[in-house]
Amino acid sequence: MFKVDYMVEARGLAKRFPSRVGAVDAVRGVDIDVDAGEIVGFLGPNGAGKTTTLRMLTTLLTPTAGTAAIAGHDLLREPVAVRRRIGYVPQRGSTAPQALVGEELIDQGRLHGLSRATAEERGRALISQLDLASTWDRPCGTLSGGQRRRLDIGLGLIHEPPLLFMDEPTTGLDPQSRANLWQHIRGLRDEHGVTVFLTTHYLEEADALCDRILVIDHGEIVAAGTPAELKREVSGDRVALALNDPARLANARTVLERFAGVKVMRADGDLLDFSLPDASTALPVLLAGLASAGVVLNGIEVRRPTLDDVFLSLTGRELRDQPIAA
Amino acid sequence: MSFMNETWLVFVRAMRLSLRNKVWLIIGLMQPLLYLALFGPLLKRIAGMPGFPRGDSWQVFTPGLLVQLGIFGALFVGFGLIAEVREGVIERMRVTPASRMALLAGRVLRDAVVLLVQSTVLLAAAYAFGLRAPIGDVVLAVLLVAAVGAAFASASYAVALLTGTEEGMASIANSVAVPLLLLSGILLPMTLAPGWLRTVSNVNPIKHIVDALRALFHGHVMSGTVGVGLLVGAALIVAGMAFGTRTFQRDSA
Repeated sequence: MFKVDYMVEARGLAKRFPSRVGAVDAVRGVDIDVDAGEIVGFLGPNGAGKTTTLRMLTTLLTPTAGTAAIAGHDLLREPVAVRRRIGYVPQRGSTAPQALVGEELIDQGRLHGLSRATAEERGRALISQLDLASTWDRPCGTLSGGQRRRLDIGLGLIHEPPLLFMDEPTTGLDPQSRANLWQHIRGLRDEHGVTVFLTTHYLEEADALCDRILVIDHGEIVAAGTPAELKREVSGDRVALALNDPARLANARTVLERFAGVKVMRADGDLLDFSLPDASTALPVLLAGLASAGVVLNGIEVRRPTLDDVFLSLTGRELRDQPIAA
Repeated sequence: MSFMNETWLVFVRAMRLSLRNKVWLIIGLMQPLLYLALFGPLLKRIAGMPGFPRGDSWQVFTPGLLVQLGIFGALFVGFGLIAEVREGVIERMRVTPASRMALLAGRVLRDAVVLLVQSTVLLAAAYAFGLRAPIGDVVLAVLLVAAVGAAFASASYAVALLTGTEEGMASIANSVAVPLLLLSGILLPMTLAPGWLRTVSNVNPIKHIVDALRALFHGHVMSGTVGVGLLVGAALIVAGMAFGTRTFQRDSA
């Protein structure tokens, strides 16, 4: 496998769908860069354009405008070369319920041009790696939701692609299966160097799993960065102090407001609630300042902003987690 | 991998899954026999009516059944594809280097083979019931039905991809099938029809296929009726295959 620096390099990718009420711009010119070895999350509410973008990047949908190089090959001019180098895990699953696990793996490998023997060898290795070893001869329809999702990943990896696209990999799974799947996805990257690009509308998934996040809303990328960067950029951290002596509240507030970036949100009784850009570095200095001013604290609580806060401040809307389907 | 290899792979997978469906298998084999056993005897009574074509009633009825089985059966194969789209299987296969035409061709080949097997069962039973027809001509008739059936299957898959839902597929397939069926003289020959109905039925391509099959079952292979039927069949095959491949190569799916 040759080395490419960027696994995904998309410029101005756009998709316009004709419709009876006029054209709908599902994706409005997005730029996407994914480095080799990254796990990148594409985060946005339903209908934001995540799946449409993913379908363009995986050669399933022709863009109306824009260009992209995927694993070193031009998306529009060399779609077959792109397909050889990517794995794709569709949102709705990818197996026939009556087909046996082993059959699906071998058939998929052979569609990628592998010999039957190689496909079977890789298929067996993959399912044992994905904790599915005993399922080779079982119909796919008898697997649990989490097992079937892992099989979908196995099918996407049978030809050993350097880049894996996953569309909402954990939607509909129970929390335990989700956590388990995250572990497997991290393992793909850590142990096999697979670059992963996934869409999700779960904030905690993007937070827990991804090295970098692209936030998409109404077909446009509205923010990009590591989860920590996004949170810092947008909201800052929140700190609540409980004072030993309520009489010193005004005094303490004066001390705090001498520090750059501190914004007092609430000062009431013994409680002082404020935000600041980066609590982890600023707080020690700040606490020392309070101590030398004679302010004694009973308690301190630091709350990092969640991606929920980020999304709210970026779009003015809540990114509501969907209830987990049974 | 070559196009032929890919088609074969898709064919084997489709066939394997079809054979695993026991209900489908039993119904598929029983259906032609039931038609013969339950409808055939009714025809004996009307075979002597004025307007009924000369010859044995089985020679008139069996070709109609072949068309019913092959061509109209093929119109509904798209339902299976809708399920496969919903399962994500089609998307998964479209993101492989395999030709998208092979994804269609393998499935159509499965349908053509199923049709040939069903036709063989039907004909064996018809001969047992008393059909007398030259084997060579009958083989040609079966091949014509299989080819046109494959074209209809290809078109059915295209409609399945374009509509994407069982409801949409059903309304289109039925609105095509019912008029074609009624105006084809499949169950009763159009020679029984009044003049105006016969004129209308002449624009139905299936009617010409049925006429050609009946001529073949009577051993009139070198007749104008067979020639017209083959030409109409060829046109249907080109149109159905073109519709199928064009749709499979598009974005939809």
